Amino acid sequence: MLEVRIRRRLGAFQLDAAFSTGAKGITALFGRSGAGKTTVVNALAGLLRPESGRISVGDRVLFDSETGVDLAARHRRVGYVFQEDRLFPHMTVERNLRYGMARNRSTGALTFEQAVDLLDIGALLGRQPRALSGGEKQRVAIGRALLSDPDIVLMDEPLASLDAGRKSEILPFIERLADELRLPVIYVSHQMDEIVRLADSVVIMNDGRVAAVGPLEEVMSRLDLRPLTGRYEAGAVLTTTVREHDLTFGLTRLSTPAGLMWVPHLDAPLHTTLRVRVRARDVSLALSRPTDSSILNVFEGTVKEIGQEDGPQVDVLLDVGAPLWARVTRKSLAELRLAPGSPVFALIKAVAIDRYSVGPGRSGGRLRR
Amino acid sequence: MLTLTPLEVEALGLSLRVAVWSVGCSLPFGLAVGWLLARRDFPGKILLDGLVHLPLVLPPVAVGYVLLVLLGRNGWLGMWLRDWFGITVAFTWKGAAVAAAVMAFPLMVRAIRLSMEAVDRRLEAAAGTLGAGPVRVFCTVTLPLALPGLLTGAVLAFARSLGEFGATITFVSNIAGETRTLPLALYTLIQRPGGEAGAIRLAVVSIVIALAALVASELIARRVHRGLGRADGRQRHA
Repeated sequence: MLEVRIRRRLGAFQLDAAFSTGAKGITALFGRSGAGKTTVVNALAGLLRPESGRISVGDRVLFDSETGVDLAARHRRVGYVFQEDRLFPHMTVERNLRYGMARNRSTGALTFEQAVDLLDIGALLGRQPRALSGGEKQRVAIGRALLSDPDIVLMDEPLASLDAGRKSEILPFIERLADELRLPVIYVSHQMDEIVRLADSVVIMNDGRVAAVGPLEEVMSRLDLRPLTGRYEAGAVLTTTVREHDLTFGLTRLSTPAGLMWVPHLDAPLHTTLRVRVRARDVSLALSRPTDSSILNVFEGTVKEIGQEDGPQVDVLLDVGAPLWARVTRKSLAELRLAPGSPVFALIKAVAIDRYSVGPGRSGGRLRR
Repeated sequence: MLTLTPLEVEALGLSLRVAVWSVGCSLPFGLAVGWLLARRDFPGKILLDGLVHLPLVLPPVAVGYVLLVLLGRNGWLGMWLRDWFGITVAFTWKGAAVAAAVMAFPLMVRAIRLSMEAVDRRLEAAAGTLGAGPVRVFCTVTLPLALPGLLTGAVLAFARSLGEFGATITFVSNIAGETRTLPLALYTLIQRPGGEAGAIRLAVVSIVIALAALVASELIARRVHRGLGRADGRQRHA
């Protein structure tokens, strides 16, 4: 369990952030560049001293301006994966990996062999960092941080310097380590797709302050955060399980809090937990259940909130057993006479859910609460 | 082909001994001062920087005279050294090594400082988050990455020590077999009627040694650069 409350002035920028996270799982630190994400992470790692505040991991106090506690970075037991890999260029991959192991007490959470296995870097051990690809470097950097036996892992946009192909190569490793090691992970990013795929909870930062903290699904469904979470990618996140595969039509049926939903075939075993992002622009509204339509997924619910945006389109928050967003034109809104409380049907095109918006079963089949 | 006379061998041997001791003894101090100037901010940093560079701009004779005043038989440092350690440096080859070290120190510190400033501090921070204390960070990250500059500094100081003249002759005089290093022997020959032939021979010896040292340093630096994972073998710093 991480608890953070820090203040720090850097020139004209004032950081004043407070939040706490669970004892395990991935917490995303989300915000535009310049929002103060890296400053927070550096303060956690002991690379930057806050003017005042308190930082604790579990029952260990890392920093407390009132009692004068300020542990040096080397005593914080914080594993830090930097935006650039920061591997030591004059050491082999193996020496890089073992660098932090010197301080390990009797047993770390992870043996050297386990880390090499988990990150699939066995073939790289004898190489120099300059001979590695960007994705390989980042995997070694993750391994090095894990092997220093940390109480918490910080990742500062570890995928920022990688292209899309390399990103999808690393994401599964990050998912696995959060599951298998049961370590809290702070994951800094300004990429919503990474966060939707990885994070259990989200801390949204804006101008040095925490704008919101909460479970991913809840934060994503908040209309007031829409300017920060982004409009184009805006949508609801549903936690689902694989119910059945329809091989004849190449479809998979997911069980969601709103009901059953058809999506294009997914290569996932039955009962796997999947997180699906349904973008607002892929959801339309109707006052009655359409009977002769190509739309496969129809959920019944009510209008909860209507966005106050200028422009031709409006985002509408629905309650269909789970929060769901629909983006409709202001004209349709007026013609359907929708207001908070109105009963509606939400129509989701099955094809609108592509593989990209589907996160694999991070929880290994167990349902997330 | 060049065969050296016993006198030349003596001067050459003495010069090499003086230069090796000069570099060997000043290297730890050069490292410490280079690191201080590259990595620490403290009051009086500019003063220390100036002090270190002083021999570069002072007349060597003045440096030799200051050394004589401080380290001579009646100088306070000299008396202290003799009373506590039984070491006399005035008018001995050890004094010549001290004079050479002082004169070469700015070159050494400069090269070390530049190479340490070029070491990515983010790597040092990363080592810190991996549990390494300041000493371990220095020994495992800063020092190995600054190695090319360290070698360059040592070779420059070595070459400078071989050629030291003004401070040496002022401080420890020109005593055959004790303080008459290569440049002093060269000077002595030039002063003597009919010594030109010998002087030219010694000048050639000096050139050969200095050139060999510089070439060796470049070759070593290339090897080290390759070991440090830099694609190019060129020295970027110092």
